[in-house]
Amino acid sequence: MQLTINGKPTETTAGSTIQNLLDQLRLDSRQVVVECNRAIVPRQRFGEEFLAEGDTLEIVHFVGGG
Amino acid sequence: MRIAVNEQLYDAVPSSTAGTVRDEVKPDADVLIVNGFPAEPGQRLGDGDRLVLIRRGEVPSADELDALLTARHTPGVHERVKQATVGIAGVGGLGSAAAIALARTGVGRLIIADFDLVEPSNLNRQQYFLDQLGLPKVYALRDTLARINPHVHVTACHLRLTPGNIAEIFGAVDVLVEAFDRADQKAMLAETFTARFPDRPLVAGSGMAGFGPANSITTRRVFGSLYLCGDGETAAAPGIGLMAPRVGIAAHHQANAVLRLLLGEDPAAD
Repeated sequence: MQLTINGKPTETTAGSTIQNLLDQLRLDSRQVVVECNRAIVPRQRFGEEFLAEGDTLEIVHFVGGG
Repeated sequence: MRIAVNEQLYDAVPSSTAGTVRDEVKPDADVLIVNGFPAEPGQRLGDGDRLVLIRRGEVPSADELDALLTARHTPGVHERVKQATVGIAGVGGLGSAAAIALARTGVGRLIIADFDLVEPSNLNRQQYFLDQLGLPKVYALRDTLARINPHVHVTACHLRLTPGNIAEIFGAVDVLVEAFDRADQKAMLAETFTARFPDRPLVAGSGMAGFGPANSITTRRVFGSLYLCGDGETAAAPGIGLMAPRVGIAAHHQANAVLRLLLGEDPAAD
């Protein structure tokens, strides 16, 4: 199924959760903030939130240093 | 015409220059500032102008101090930033530098929070001094800010920020600066604050390690009211240390983003 991630069309397996998607993108779930259809998704729910065709996600991946 | 001289109202004749008013009010002044910008004595004055007269090296009275501290502030800007409350989450390399820039800018109230103590390894990039080693960073920074601008009200919170206390500590801020070191803590703060206060701007830092190009550090909007300053990818890692120049650049991107937000400008505009 197709999603829009940070403005770009991206393919992922149907039935994926947000955690599955992060694994596919090789992103550490502790270092991201995910907005799905304009709502922030709490990270405790990454494994339970199933994605649907056409979902629009913004994913910010933070790196260390400050 | 009516002008302000050292923030006192003053009736000046229409042909007045900075120099003629100086001669009447403070003949020994050798620094003349008109509307926030240094002026020659011959500069003509207009109605509503603000003239600040300073004698170099003189220790001003308490009454004069506020006018002198704000003499280089652009009129109209100072009044607005003075009303603002800005939060800074973490006062390491990013937070200590951003706090100093915002205090110099005259932001009225700063709420700073950090659990850490000043240690020698911080001094390569953080705005602390050898005589502050061992002090909680928030108290050391509060002292430094008071030495720069005693009119800034600083609330120093010596504690670890968690999802449970962020809303309480930063509930009153107009803008929050994320200035943590660890990536998971940055993400925790961004998730917590943007979920709780979706319309309140958060200016985060990500990607400023090493000595890569300065021009790769940018300010951009990610989504909603979340802004990101940094190159977005250069993590601190073995062999890629955090160094004063790039950390300072990112911190000042953050401070400038805060200033622009307070003045109603888009921080991410080209």
